Amino acid sequence: MKKKDKIMLARIIIAFCMFVAIMVIDKVYDLSFLAGGDAGWLLPLGLYLTVYLLIGYDVLWRAIRNIAHGSVFDENFLMCLASLCAFGLAVYTAAGGGKPEGFDEACAVLIFYQVGEFFESYATGRARKSVSALMDIRPDYANVYRDGEILRSDPSQVSVGEIITVYPGEKVPLDGVVVKGATSLDVRALTGESQPKDVSENFTVLSGSVNMTSQIDVRVEKEFYDSTVSKILNLVENAAARKAKTENFITRFAKYYTPVVVLIAAMVAAVPSLITGAWSVWIYRALSLLVVSCPCALVISIPLSFFAGIGAASRYGILIKGSNYLELMARANLFVFDKTGTLTEGNFEVAKIVPQEKADEILRLAAIAESGLSHPIARSVLKKYGTEPERGYILTECSGKGVIAERGGHVIYCGNEKLMEEKGVPYVPENDAGTIIYVAENGKYIGSLLITDTPRKEAGEVITKLNAERAKTVMLTGDNPIIARSVAAKLGVSDFKASLLPQDKVDAIEKFSAEDKNNVICFVGDGINDAPVLMRSDVGVAMGGVGSDAATEAADVVLMKDDLSGILKVRRIARKTLKIVFENILFSIAIKAGIMLLSAIGITNMWFAVFGDVGVSVLAILNAMRVNSKY
Amino acid sequence: MNKVYKLENLDCAVCAAKMERAIAKLDGVNSVSVSFMSGKLFLDAEEEKFESILNDAEKVCKKIEPDFKIIR
Repeated sequence: MKKKDKIMLARIIIAFCMFVAIMVIDKVYDLSFLAGGDAGWLLPLGLYLTVYLLIGYDVLWRAIRNIAHGSVFDENFLMCLASLCAFGLAVYTAAGGGKPEGFDEACAVLIFYQVGEFFESYATGRARKSVSALMDIRPDYANVYRDGEILRSDPSQVSVGEIITVYPGEKVPLDGVVVKGATSLDVRALTGESQPKDVSENFTVLSGSVNMTSQIDVRVEKEFYDSTVSKILNLVENAAARKAKTENFITRFAKYYTPVVVLIAAMVAAVPSLITGAWSVWIYRALSLLVVSCPCALVISIPLSFFAGIGAASRYGILIKGSNYLELMARANLFVFDKTGTLTEGNFEVAKIVPQEKADEILRLAAIAESGLSHPIARSVLKKYGTEPERGYILTECSGKGVIAERGGHVIYCGNEKLMEEKGVPYVPENDAGTIIYVAENGKYIGSLLITDTPRKEAGEVITKLNAERAKTVMLTGDNPIIARSVAAKLGVSDFKASLLPQDKVDAIEKFSAEDKNNVICFVGDGINDAPVLMRSDVGVAMGGVGSDAATEAADVVLMKDDLSGILKVRRIARKTLKIVFENILFSIAIKAGIMLLSAIGITNMWFAVFGDVGVSVLAILNAMRVNSKY
Repeated sequence: MNKVYKLENLDCAVCAAKMERAIAKLDGVNSVSVSFMSGKLFLDAEEEKFESILNDAEKVCKKIEPDFKIIR
C-alpha cells in the first residue's frame, strides 16, 4: 500500500469511528436535547460537520478547484453539492423548529463515497499488479565476461558478440547462442509452454527464458532493444494504446451520463415541488440522484476487463496488441487459415512408394537426384533414404519439372509428369493427393514417390470446434486443388481455395470482406510470406512467433507457442472478456437507473443511494477481475 | 512523431478519459490515447512542436488532476 493510501485508510477509520460514536450518542441521549435551548441542534450539526470536514476536505477542495476550471459536472462537485444540500435541508428543518435530523445522512454520503473511492483505487492497483506480474520477464542484469572477469552489467550495455554467462535461476538477458555448457530452460513466460527446453552448445537461446539447471555461456547475437524480451514487453505495454470500441463507447457515454443525471435531478427537485409545494421532500429526493451521478463503475471496470484479458492471454504465450483485437476475436465469424505450416506441420514426408517391392531402389535413385537441392521435398526424400547418397553425379535442375542426374552412361530422371513426358518415358500416373515424384533410370520407368505434408494433430479439433461455433473456416493454399481438397476433407474446413500465389491470398481476403460487410475475418498464418494478408484481415494471427520479427510486426495477435489450439484459447478469453464487459455495462446501468427511480418516488433514501453506487463499482471491479482466471 | 510516456498520479478513470479529450483538442496533436490501466500516454504529434505540445498536454491535464505528472 502506498503512503497516500495508508493516510486515506486512517482518515476513513477515524472518521467512521467518530461518526458511529456521534450517531449512537445522538440516538440514545439526543444531543440537541442535551445541549438544551432552541439552538440545541447546533451541537450535533457541529459534531457531524467536523467529521464531514475530516473525511471530505480534499473532495471539497477538488470541487472548488474544478469549478474554478469551469468543469461543473465534476463528480467531486456533485458529491459536495449533494451532501451540503442535505446539511442545508436539515438545518432548514431544525431552524424552523422541526426535529433536527438528517445530519448523519449528509455526513454518511461523503464517508461512503470515500470508502468507495478507496476501494476502487485499491482494487485497480491490485488488478494492475496481478496482471503486470505476468509480464515480469524483464531481465535486470547480464553477467558479461570483460577483461577476464565476470561483470554485472545492464543488459542494454552489452553489445553483440560479447560472451555472457547465465547461472541457474537467472533469466537469460539477451538473445544468443550457447557456446559452453548445457541446461534446461523454462520458457513458460515466452511461449506458455510448460515443458522445459533442453539446450546445449550451438543452440539458440531467447531472452526471457529462465535457466533452470546449470551454468551456460552465451554469445550475444542481438542488442537488448532488439531482443525477444524487449520486443514482447514493448508489444504488451503498448497494447493499451488501441482501445476497443466498447471502451470508447463507455467514455463517450460517461461524458453525457453525468449532465443527464444532473438534469433529471434538477427536474425532480423543481417540477413536482412547483405543483405540490413540498420543496424539501423533492429536493431531498433529487439529492439521492446526484449521489449516483458518477459513472465510475463503468469507466473503471471496462478497461480493467480488457486489460485483464490481455494479461491472461499473455500468460498462455499469446500476445494481443490491443483491446480492439480482443473484441474482434470474440466477434470473428470467418477464420481463414494458411495451409502449409499452419494447418499442416510444414514437414514433408515420403508417404508412399510405388511399386512397393522396388522401394529401396526408387529411394536410392531419387536420393541421388535430389541430393543437390535444399527445398523441403528434396529434404524429405533424403531423410527417408537415411544414408549418404552416391556422389559423382552431374545434377541438372529443370525448373518446375525436376532433376536429371548423370554419371558416365547412367542417367536418372527424377521429377513430375512434365519431365517424364518431355523425355518420352512411359510412366504410370498416380492420383494421390500430394506431390508425386516419378523416377526413371536410363529412360526406363522405375516407380514413383508420394510426398505429403501431415496435418497438425490439433488442427482437426480446432476446425471442428470453430465450425461448431458456427464460424466459417476457409483454407488458403498455393498447392494444387487435389492436395487442397484432400487436406480440406481430412480437417473438415468448410471451404478452401487452392493454387493461390501470395498476392492472391490478399485478394481472397478482400473478396470475403466485400461479400458481407458484417464479416469479421481472422487470418491465421505462420508469419512467413503472409505479412500482407495478416495486415489486410481484421485480426491477423501469427503462429510460432518467437523470434520471428516479420510476424510479430504484421500480426495483431501472436501465438508464441507453435500450437494451433492457441486460437481456441484466445477465442475463449476474448468471449469471456466481452461477456463480462457486457454484464458490467448492463448491471451498472440497471442498478443506477433502479436507484434513481426508487429515489425519485421516495422509496429509498440517500443511504441506499450511496451504498448502491459504491457497491456497484466494487462488484463491477470484482467481476472484471474474473477475466484474469484459468482458460 | 509517436511517443509513449509513463504517467504519475493518474488516479481516476474518468479523469483519464477527460485528459484524453483535452489533449486531443490541442493544436498539432494527431492522435492521443491515455490508458488508465497501464498509466500511460500514447502521443502522436507534429515533430517540430513536440516538446511544446507535451508541455501544453501536461498543463491541461493538471487542470483535471493537479498532482498529475508526465515522466519524461
